[in-house]
Parts: sequence; C-alpha cells; structure tokens
Amino acid sequence: MKLLNYTTKYFAAILLFALLIFTLIFYFQMLDEIYDSLDDGLENQKILVINRAKKDPTILHKTSFEDGYYTIHPTTYSEIRNVKDSYRDTLMYMLNEKDYEPVRLLETAFRQDDNYYKLKVITSMVEEDDLIEDLLYSILWLYIGLIVGVLLLNNWVLKRLWRPFYSLLNKLKNFNIEKEQSIDFEKTNIEEFQLLNLQVKKLLQKSIDSFKAQKQFIENASHELQTPLAISINKLELLAEKEELSPKNIALLASVLENLERMTRLNQALLLLSKIDNKQFVEEENLNIPEIINQIVYDFSDFAKHRNIKISISSQDAIQKFMNKDLAVILFTNLIKNAIVHASLNSIIKIKIHKQKVIIENESETGKLDHQKLFSRFYKVNTRKNSTGLGLSIAKAIADKYGLALTYTYDRHHLFIVDFTKNSQVT
Amino acid sequence: MKVLIIEDEEEMLQNMKQTLEKEDYLIETATDYDSAFLKIGVYDYDCILLDISLPGKSGLEILKELKKRGISDGVIIVSAKNSLDDKLEGLHLGADDYLPKPFHMAELNARIKAIFRRRNLQGDTFIEIENLKIDIENRIAFVEGEELLLNRKEFDILFYLASNKNRLVNKTALAEYVWGDHIDQTDSFDFIYSQIKNLRKKLKDHQAQVEVKAIYGIGYKLVSL
Repeated sequence: MKLLNYTTKYFAAILLFALLIFTLIFYFQMLDEIYDSLDDGLENQKILVINRAKKDPTILHKTSFEDGYYTIHPTTYSEIRNVKDSYRDTLMYMLNEKDYEPVRLLETAFRQDDNYYKLKVITSMVEEDDLIEDLLYSILWLYIGLIVGVLLLNNWVLKRLWRPFYSLLNKLKNFNIEKEQSIDFEKTNIEEFQLLNLQVKKLLQKSIDSFKAQKQFIENASHELQTPLAISINKLELLAEKEELSPKNIALLASVLENLERMTRLNQALLLLSKIDNKQFVEEENLNIPEIINQIVYDFSDFAKHRNIKISISSQDAIQKFMNKDLAVILFTNLIKNAIVHASLNSIIKIKIHKQKVIIENESETGKLDHQKLFSRFYKVNTRKNSTGLGLSIAKAIADKYGLALTYTYDRHHLFIVDFTKNSQVT
Repeated sequence: MKVLIIEDEEEMLQNMKQTLEKEDYLIETATDYDSAFLKIGVYDYDCILLDISLPGKSGLEILKELKKRGISDGVIIVSAKNSLDDKLEGLHLGADDYLPKPFHMAELNARIKAIFRRRNLQGDTFIEIENLKIDIENRIAFVEGEELLLNRKEFDILFYLASNKNRLVNKTALAEYVWGDHIDQTDSFDFIYSQIKNLRKKLKDHQAQVEVKAIYGIGYKLVSL
C-alpha cells in the first residue's frame, strides 16, 4: 500500500469514529433543545387556555381535540392533588398524514371557581425519525466531504511535500551500477530529505567506487600477469630450441608450456570479460550474422572433422545486427566451439537461423545442464584441462551488452539460442 | 638487419634479443625514452620493437617523436596492455604492427620478417630453403622448380614454418596463424596434425630436401634433410 493511501486510510478511520461520536452528542443535544422549545410553547398555551377559560367558561367542557389543540375534563381535587405538569410523547391520528404521528402532550390541572379541571395541551412534534434521517445524511455528506478533502490534501499537499522522496525513489529504481552514473538529487528544503539524499548519495558513490575498483583490479591484474607469462613462455621456447634436450625433458617442457598457455588463455578470457564490462568495445557496424556464422564454422571445420563431427547450417533468415564485429565473432565462436567440444564423437551439430533466432544444437553424453550456473564464471561440466570455464560467460556478457537473449534449453539435445528479436527480454 | 628493442622489462628484453640474434640480426636495446633516442640518433634501424608501458614517457610518446622525425616505419608495438585504444593510436601514429603480449617467439619472428618484406629490405619476396622455393606474393611453393599443389592451410603452415626455419614453432602459434586467433581456446591442436601429415607427404613425394619435424608436445620445425 502506498504511503499516501496509508494516510487516507487512517484519516478515514479516525474521521469515522470522531464523526460518529459527534453525531450522537449533536443529535441528543438537538433533541433536548427541541423538546425544551416545544415544552415552553405548551406551557405558554396552557396559560393562554386557562386565561381564556376564565373569560369563556364554555370551553371548560371541550373534552375532545377535534379542531382544537386542548381538552379539558372536570375532575375532583382528590384526583389532581398529586398532579404536576407532565410532558410526554404520544401518538395521535393526523388527518393529513393519515397515520399516527408523534405529538407532544402537556397534562396539567387547574382550578376555576372551586372546580377542578384536567387540561391536556398538544402540539405537533418534529418527527424524530425524520430528524435522525436528516442528521444522518448531513453527517454522511460531511464525512464524504472530509474524506475527499483529505484525499485532495494528500494529493496536493503531501505529494508536494513528499516529492523529493518519490523522486529519489524513482531514481533509485532506475539506477544501474554498471552505468557508473551517480544520480542527481532534487533540491529540497526539508531537513530529513536533505539528510536522506546525502546519505544515499554517499552510499551510491561508495558502491560505484568499489564496483569500479573491482573491475579495474581484474583488468590490472590480468595486464600485470601478461608480462611474466610472456617471459616464461618465451624462455621455455628458447630452452626447447636447444638441441641437447632429451625427449623426456622436452615432454616436461611441453607440459609446462601447455599449462602456461592455459594460464594465458584464462587470463585473456578474464581480460576480455572485464573489457566487455568496461565497455571498451566502442566501434560498431551493421553485421550480417549468418555470414559471420558461416565463416566461424569454416574456421572450425578442421577441428570438427578431427572429432568426426558434422556441422549443418540451415539459414532461412537474414539477421542484421549493429554491433562490434569482434564481439559478434567471439559470441558465436564461443557457442560453436562449445558445441564442438562437448558434442559426442561422430555426431551432428545443427545450426538453425530462422525467425531472428540462431539455434545451436548438439548432442552429448551429459544430460540437462544447470540453467543457473551454466553462464556463470568458471562453471565446468567436466574437468577438461584446457577449458577456461569462461567461454559461455563471455558469450552471455556479450549478449547482455547488446540486449540479446541468450538462453539454453534441453530437449534430449542441448540447445543454445540467441534471440535477435528486438524486444527480447534479457534474463 | 638492425633491430632496436625498446623494453623496460629486462627478462623480456633478453628473450627477444636472444631469439632475434639467432636470425643473425644486429640487435640494440634501450629501456626508456632517453636511451632509445640516444640509439636512434646514431643508427638507422630497420625495425623497432616498442613496448608501450615504459617508465617515464610511454612508448606512444616515442612513437610520436619518431613520426615527427619521419622514421616511424618498421615499428612493431609490443604491449602487455592489449588494449584496442593503444592499438588504434599506435597504428595511427605510424606503427606497422601491433603484437600483444604474451606472444610466441615464432610469431615475433614472422612479424619482423613481414616488416622487412613490406619494406622490401630483403630484396625479394621468395623464401628459399634447399630445393624448396616459396613465392610469398603469389602463394605458390616449388620444389626443384616444380609447383607443389597445396591448399590454403597447407601453404600457410609451410610458409610459417619456413619463416621460422630451423626453429621450433609452437603449435599454438601455428594454429593461431593458420586458423585464426579464435582457434586458441580449442581443446587440443591435434587437428593440426592431419594438415601437417598431408604437407609432409607432398614434400616427400616431390623429394624436397626439407621436412617437417615434430617436437613432441610442443610443435614443429622445418629442417633441412
């Protein structure tokens, strides 16, 4: 739930409760006031009736309301001895409403010429249910009005107040450390937000710095390793040229050289990865992907033939992509090489190019590979001594760089798919 | 042939020196900007091997100065940085070639020879070893004047081995030269063998006085019989 809605929710609950209590108190006060005013009126009428009875004794025998608002019944002293003015609510049939309606009744007694009379005065009363209804509606409107008011307030005032916060949130959402761009903070006069911005800024800068340092470290380390590797390899080559070496010693040398070369490859693969990460491949051109694949397959044909593997290419689609040529070549080289290296002997590797997808299919003795780890660095299915374990992660890094989806599926055969569809999601 | 090696890493320098001395070149060495120009001021060099990362002024500074003096021809940049920027800038500044470290001695040798050929310093575009003659420009090999029918890869192998005659050529270097840089991460270079086998057979059939000798596990060598 959003922050704004939270405030609204609490306001709504508090207002509901407060208004309920207010309405109750208001209703009873209102009612009290109405009765007070009705009763005053009745008392006044009582005095008027008594005064009139003194002048016109005929009315002393008006025993039914009919067209009047009072009745007078003769009575005895003993009956009225304890009578005080009593006000009460009662019902009376109203002709206009054709129904019993509440009326306020004053019952009292008076003495005239030593005769005692019982007097009843009525007055039409406000219909209580109508009053409650009216009150309820008013309160309801008030409540709705207030909620709308609060909502508007939230949207207007609070949104304005919280704007720096939401702006920060939005920028953090779009922040990508790989772009190495810190974010611009909106200026604010609110102290808390100033502090928040400052702290976030510090944190981001720290992350960016360490990200840079890490990348730089890998690159520097790889660079620094090149020279000692070069020296060692060259020294061994010079040594191997010496005639006096026995075949045994040559074999030893060969093994050392092989491992040094492996180290070189590993180092170069790491360097390549960090160069891709560091965006050092700037030059881009429009490439004909099927053409590149054909060339790579041709380059690897001897290697494949040696393993007795056939490579079939079925190309039904022209794929053009604007990217760095070296990286495109490395991407497909790694995938195709991977297929050749892992394919079963005497098998066929199928490369299909259709619907803006390149599918490289090979069979092998191993079953389904681990999706999660497949493209991670140094993942090896088996410990082939010459594998760097970086080929697929390099391919993945290149695919990611250009927004291509590189995926793996298994359906008795291993399928590596590079999707050139424009809006393919990078997973 | 006079070659100047500018390299601050002593061991690297010695390696290159030793290897090039086997080719009977005259080798001079320098370790930084000042010592390099002390040498350059005195002699004309046919080829300069230039390391980019030198203490003080970098190799690129040297290259700039060389270009200013109009003597940047024949420079091969030898760099551990293997960075595209350096490569582009270096070539832009008039360097002839760019060789990333680590490299194989056979490759260094082949590149230097290519420079000499390009600058026409060795007079011709033929390599002759015993009765084998290679026409580099037209990519044809002859034995006793009779053409040896080779496919592209066989020719490349023969040419590369001939450029490094009597020297051990690392099979990785050979594979990279013939099959391209990207072949280097393949499992093994055993597949080279079938091409070598064909080449050997053709040389033998034509009674060439050279043969391709395998040095177990390391590579091959073209030797006179």
